[in-house]
Amino acid sequence: MADSIFQVSDLRVDVPDMTRKPLFGAAPRLEILKGISFEIPRGAVLGIVGGSGSGKTTLGRTLVRLVEPNAGRLLFDGRDIAHLSDAGMRPLRPRIQMIFQDPMSSLNPRLTVGRTIAAPLGAKVSDARVKAALEQVGLPADFAGRYPHELSGGQRQRVGIARAIAMRPDFILADEIVSGLDVSSQAQVLMLLEQLVADLGLTLVFISHDLSVIRRLCSRVIVLRAGEIVEDAATADLFERPRHAYTRELLDAIPIPDPSVRW
Amino acid sequence: MLDGRGLIRRRAGARLWLSGLWLTVFVLAAVLAPLISPQDPLAQDLMLERLPPAWVAGSEPGYWLGTDSLGRDVLSRIIYGAQVALAVALVAGLATCLIGSALGLVAGFYRGWADRIISRIVDIWMAFPPVLFAILLIAVLGTGLTSVILAIVIIDWTRFCRVVRAETLNQSKMDYVHSAKVAGFTRLRTLLSEILPNVLPVIVALLTLEMGIAVIVEAILSFVNLSISTDQPTWGGMIAEGRTSIHQAWWVLVFPLIALFFTVLSFAQFGEGLRERFDPVLR
Ligand SMILES: Nc1ncnc2c1ncn2[C@@H]1O[C@H](COP(=O)(O)OP(=O)(O)OP(=O)(O)O)[C@@H](O)[C@H]1O
Ligand SMILES: [Mg+2]
Repeated sequence: MADSIFQVSDLRVDVPDMTRKPLFGAAPRLEILKGISFEIPRGAVLGIVGGSGSGKTTLGRTLVRLVEPNAGRLLFDGRDIAHLSDAGMRPLRPRIQMIFQDPMSSLNPRLTVGRTIAAPLGAKVSDARVKAALEQVGLPADFAGRYPHELSGGQRQRVGIARAIAMRPDFILADEIVSGLDVSSQAQVLMLLEQLVADLGLTLVFISHDLSVIRRLCSRVIVLRAGEIVEDAATADLFERPRHAYTRELLDAIPIPDPSVRW
Repeated sequence: MLDGRGLIRRRAGARLWLSGLWLTVFVLAAVLAPLISPQDPLAQDLMLERLPPAWVAGSEPGYWLGTDSLGRDVLSRIIYGAQVALAVALVAGLATCLIGSALGLVAGFYRGWADRIISRIVDIWMAFPPVLFAILLIAVLGTGLTSVILAIVIIDWTRFCRVVRAETLNQSKMDYVHSAKVAGFTRLRTLLSEILPNVLPVIVALLTLEMGIAVIVEAILSFVNLSISTDQPTWGGMIAEGRTSIHQAWWVLVFPLIALFFTVLSFAQFGEGLRERFDPVLR
C-alpha cells in the first residue's frame, strides 16, 4: 500500500455527447475512460501508450485532477482524491506536477522564465531554487529574464520541466512532451528526463504514442485502446512477448531503419 | 547590416513620442489654462470681432488665432476647452474601462451564470442606437459635465466588456491556465496574475481609444448644445459657433477642429505606441 503512489480502480470519465443530443432532453453520455484500474509504484516510470483518441490525455489529466472522474477511486498516497474540491486539492498540488505537450501554450507569454518558475514556489525570481532548477535542466541562469517567445522549442520545454521539478513533487505527469519538437531536441529532452528520473528518484507517468521512446524511458507500460487498458506489463515483457493483438499492431508500427534500402 | 527590428522599434518610438508630446501639451494647456491663456476666454469685445489669425492681414497683436464673432480670443478658448476635453477623456475613459473590463474579465473567466447575465445585458444594451441613447440620457439627466461623463460610461462600457470577455475567453483556453491550477493557484489569483497580464494590452489599447472617443462624444454633444453651459468654452461648442460664420471667419471653426483631431489621433496612437514599447511579446 505505502509503496504505491497512485492506486486507480474502475476509473470512469464520460462527457455529454453534444453531437448526438436530441432536441429536447439530455445528451447521451460519451464514455472516454471505461473503468480503468492500475497502480503506480513509488519511483516507477510508467509509460502510457495508445492510438490517437484512446484517452491517454484524459487519463493523465484525471490523475492530476484537472479532470474530475465520474466514477471510480483515485487514491493518491492512500487518500481518495477523485472528488476533492479545488480548495481540497490545493495542499496536494505541489506534490503532483505536470509537464504539458505544448510549451508555447503552457508558459505564460507575458511572464519571464524566472517568474514562471518562481510563482508556484511562492518565491522571488532571485530565489536559489529557481537558479537550481534552471541549472538542472541545463539552461543558463540568465535565462530567468527571458520571455517564452525568446526561447527555442526545446528550451521552452526545458522551462516546463524546470517549473515542475522546482516544486520537488512526488509525482510528475509528462503528456507527449516531445511530440512538438524536432528529432534532435527530442533526444536531448528525453536524455534530460532520463537523467532527472535517475537523479531525483521521480515517479513519472510518460504519455506517448511513440513506443521506441517508451522503451528507453519506462519500466512499465500500459496500453490503452478506446478508453480501456488492453495490456499492462513490464517494458521488457511487453516488447518481447506482446500478449494483445493491439499491442502487436502498435509494435509493428514502429519504423525500424532498414539497412537494405538504398537512397 | 540592416537590422529590421531596429527600424520597427524606431518607428514605434516616433509614434509614442509624437503622440506623447501632443498629449503633454494638451494636458499642460488644460491644467495651466489660467496662467498661459493670452486673453480672457469669455471676454467679449465687439470692436475686436472676427479678427483673423496673427499671420493674416488685419490681425491684432495678442490674438494669435484670431477672434470669433463676439470678439473672444480663439486661442484662449481652445486652451480652456482642453479642460473639458481632458476631464471627459480621463474620467469617462477610466470609468468606462474599469466597469467594462471588470465585467468582461468575470464573464470570460468564470463563465456560468455570471457570463449569461452579463452577456445578456450587453446584448440588450447594444440594441440601442448610441447617439440617440446619449441624447435621451442627457435629456433625462440634464446638461452638465457630469451628465456627459455618465452618458459616455453608460453607453460605452459594453465596448470594453465584449472585447475583454472575448480575449479572456481565448486566454482561459490556454494551457498556462491549467498549469496555474496544477501549481495550486486560486481562481482569483489565476485571473489576476496569469490572465490579466495577457488581456492588459487589449485593455490599454481600448482605453486610449475610448479616451479619444469620449472627447469626440463630448464635442458632438456640445455641437448639438447638449453638453455643458455656455460660459465654459468647449471645442464642440466652438465648432458649432464657427460653423455659422465659416465664410467670414474660417479660423473659428478650423482651429478647434485641428485641436480635436490631433487629440483624438494622439490618444489612439499613444495606446498603440505603449503596446509596441512595453508589451514583451511584441517587443
Ligand atoms: N471535452 C470533451 N468532449 C467530448 N469528447 C472529448 C472531450 N475530451 C476528449 N474527448 C474525446 O475523448 C477521446 C479521448 O481523448 P484524449 O485526448 O484523451 O485522447 P488521446 O489518447 O490523448 O489522443 P492523442 O494521442 O491524439 O492525444 C477522444 O475521442 C476525444 O474526442
Ligand atoms: Mg493526448
